[in-house]
Amino acid sequence: MKSLKKLFFVFSIFALFSHANAEAKTTINWWHAFGGRLGELLDVQVKDFNASQDKYEVVHTRKGNYSETLNAGIAAFRAKQQPHILMVFEVGTASMMAAKGATKPIYEVMNESGLKFNQNAFIPPVKGYYTTTDGQMLSLPYNASTPVLWVNKDLMKKAGLKPNMSLKHWGDVGKALDAAKAAGISCGLTTAWQSWIHLENFSAYHDIPFATKGNGFKGLDTELKINGPLQVAHLGLMGKWAKEGKFFYAGRRNEGGANFRAGECMFFTESSAGYAGIKKEAKFDFGIRSLPYYEGTKGPQNTIIGGASLWAMGGHSAEEYNGVAALVNFLSQTKVQSQWAQDTGYLPTTTKAFKATGSFYKKNPGTDIAGKQMLANATTDNSKGLRLGSFDQIRKIIDEELESIWTGKKNAQVAMNSATKRGNVLLRRFERANK
Amino acid sequence: MKNNVIFKGWWLPLLLVAPQLIISAIFFFYPSGQAIWNSLFLPDPFGLKTEYVGLDNFTFLLSDSYYRASFLTTAIFSISVSVFSMGLGLYLAVLADRLIKGAGVYQTLLIWPYAVAPAIAGILWMFMFNGRIGLISWYLGLLGYDWNHALNSGEAMSLVVVASTWGRVSYNFLFFLAGLQAIPKSIIEAAAIDGANFWKRFRSIIFPLLSPISFFLLVVNIVYSFFETFGVIDIITAGGPEQSTTTLVYKIYADGFIGQDLGSSAAQSVILLVLVGLLTVFQFKYIERKVHY
Repeated sequence: MKSLKKLFFVFSIFALFSHANAEAKTTINWWHAFGGRLGELLDVQVKDFNASQDKYEVVHTRKGNYSETLNAGIAAFRAKQQPHILMVFEVGTASMMAAKGATKPIYEVMNESGLKFNQNAFIPPVKGYYTTTDGQMLSLPYNASTPVLWVNKDLMKKAGLKPNMSLKHWGDVGKALDAAKAAGISCGLTTAWQSWIHLENFSAYHDIPFATKGNGFKGLDTELKINGPLQVAHLGLMGKWAKEGKFFYAGRRNEGGANFRAGECMFFTESSAGYAGIKKEAKFDFGIRSLPYYEGTKGPQNTIIGGASLWAMGGHSAEEYNGVAALVNFLSQTKVQSQWAQDTGYLPTTTKAFKATGSFYKKNPGTDIAGKQMLANATTDNSKGLRLGSFDQIRKIIDEELESIWTGKKNAQVAMNSATKRGNVLLRRFERANK
Repeated sequence: MKNNVIFKGWWLPLLLVAPQLIISAIFFFYPSGQAIWNSLFLPDPFGLKTEYVGLDNFTFLLSDSYYRASFLTTAIFSISVSVFSMGLGLYLAVLADRLIKGAGVYQTLLIWPYAVAPAIAGILWMFMFNGRIGLISWYLGLLGYDWNHALNSGEAMSLVVVASTWGRVSYNFLFFLAGLQAIPKSIIEAAAIDGANFWKRFRSIIFPLLSPISFFLLVVNIVYSFFETFGVIDIITAGGPEQSTTTLVYKIYADGFIGQDLGSSAAQSVILLVLVGLLTVFQFKYIERKVHY
């Protein structure tokens, strides 16, 4: 009898536990690539979300840089250990889209959850990057930025230039660089993310194709078009500036930022999201200008975005997807969006959040340029964005060929012909693997 | 009388070699088999679908001029690292062997770099030669030399060779020193009494007696420079500029884990497997003949 009682006791404890388990929160894993200040801000968002409701618990983990995060997600999927949400940079978008079954489109997640979700609330160039050609959103735009021209006004004065002179065209920039050179300024112009700014955005901004088939949006059988006359002319001019010591090449990523922030360089083409760092470190009067374009071309069209979006990975339960939907809903709120934009320098991704950020833009002149530049015109086939497979590798090839222009080893036409040829080989291979 | 002992039956001998066999099977034969199998397919990154392509991965690779160039890059890199690290190791060992006072301190200090992980070594060298904040590149700048290994392929190659050699010198030093100390002093003294100077003694007595160790180190260093220098390359140059420091093993990583092209990556592993196998056979067949045990 006594033992029966004991048994009963044990059972009731078990029952208690399993009951508690049933009521426990559903865990949603989010893998991302943000460290440092951005990581802290992401953590704040997650904490706010977890505090805002009691059904889901979002756990975020940093998996390294953008490439490493994508690779971690892919490896995890192969091992059937994938997270619920994976942050993928814009370059990896085509790979994710081709992997039907590995992901669950955001529009499906939102429809099934029954939560209200308005795809049209997102600003067109951002939305366009992550939607199918028939307008269904596949991943949630998270952080988006676009390139602008940063200027060091103090150095401009030193070069005998008016800090508010027109820098609309590359011709104006050329004249300013001549003056800088004459005044003994060792670094007239430097850049970050050379392929993104001087080829990808350059092409979109001048409304010329980067690749056929609407930059890859309309099919995997796309081919690079980066050896066109306008691109070659621009890169040739940059190469000439490099040779004359007016353009200083610092590296493939944003190494040039250190030179600009230290006050060595007069002009710097870099993402609008460079704002936080430049504002914090620059001990000179800086300004933000629109990206220059060439006179007598179709430009300025609009610039395209860089950054990352959030993908829901496949193979999870309905309840877990409801959690993902709840997080998407939370992150799309105007208040959350606007705060994120002000803290990071990224662009708000919804139209409402843009309006809500208006007073911040007024207080910090120039911060609105990126948004204006991106929303200048309705997007065309050439300015919607890029959707190319193996694009991480293709960018590496482009980087290599651009470096050969800067060092004078190849002329711009030869280098871009080679980049086109080498890139197309990878595109064909990607097409074959994803048929 | 028979010299060798013969076991009765099969079970005991099998049991005794089983651990070695199992380890080889799990950590060598299984992955190698996988690589060979995968090299015949073109899978998508997520493993959702795959297509049998026969030898297409190999023709794709061999038609790529950058891949063919990486053989030469690997040869230059491996030979440089092996020659420099063994040469320096031997030189330092000979000096240390002649020390009477403070030998222990000297030897310990020389072994230290071996304890530094390749990734850390890579970072150290990268910072010293960094174009903007590097100490050495700054001094070079004062001398009027504009160091930029991000753009200059010769400088990039020298830097990865130096960084890979640096950690390896200790290892070679250790083995050479042990080898030198194993040479009976009486032989060297006898030669000295006969009037042989240091160089003569080194060439005709010490070096031949060191040859088994030198041979062992040659094999180990070649294998090291083929496979284990990957961390240093990744951190200092990431294979650039224009793939001038992309060795075979680095390309396997870059294509497989950055490019997600597992078919090509597997095919490259197979080629590397064959190449290193041939190299080792060659070393044992031709160079070992010259080794005196």
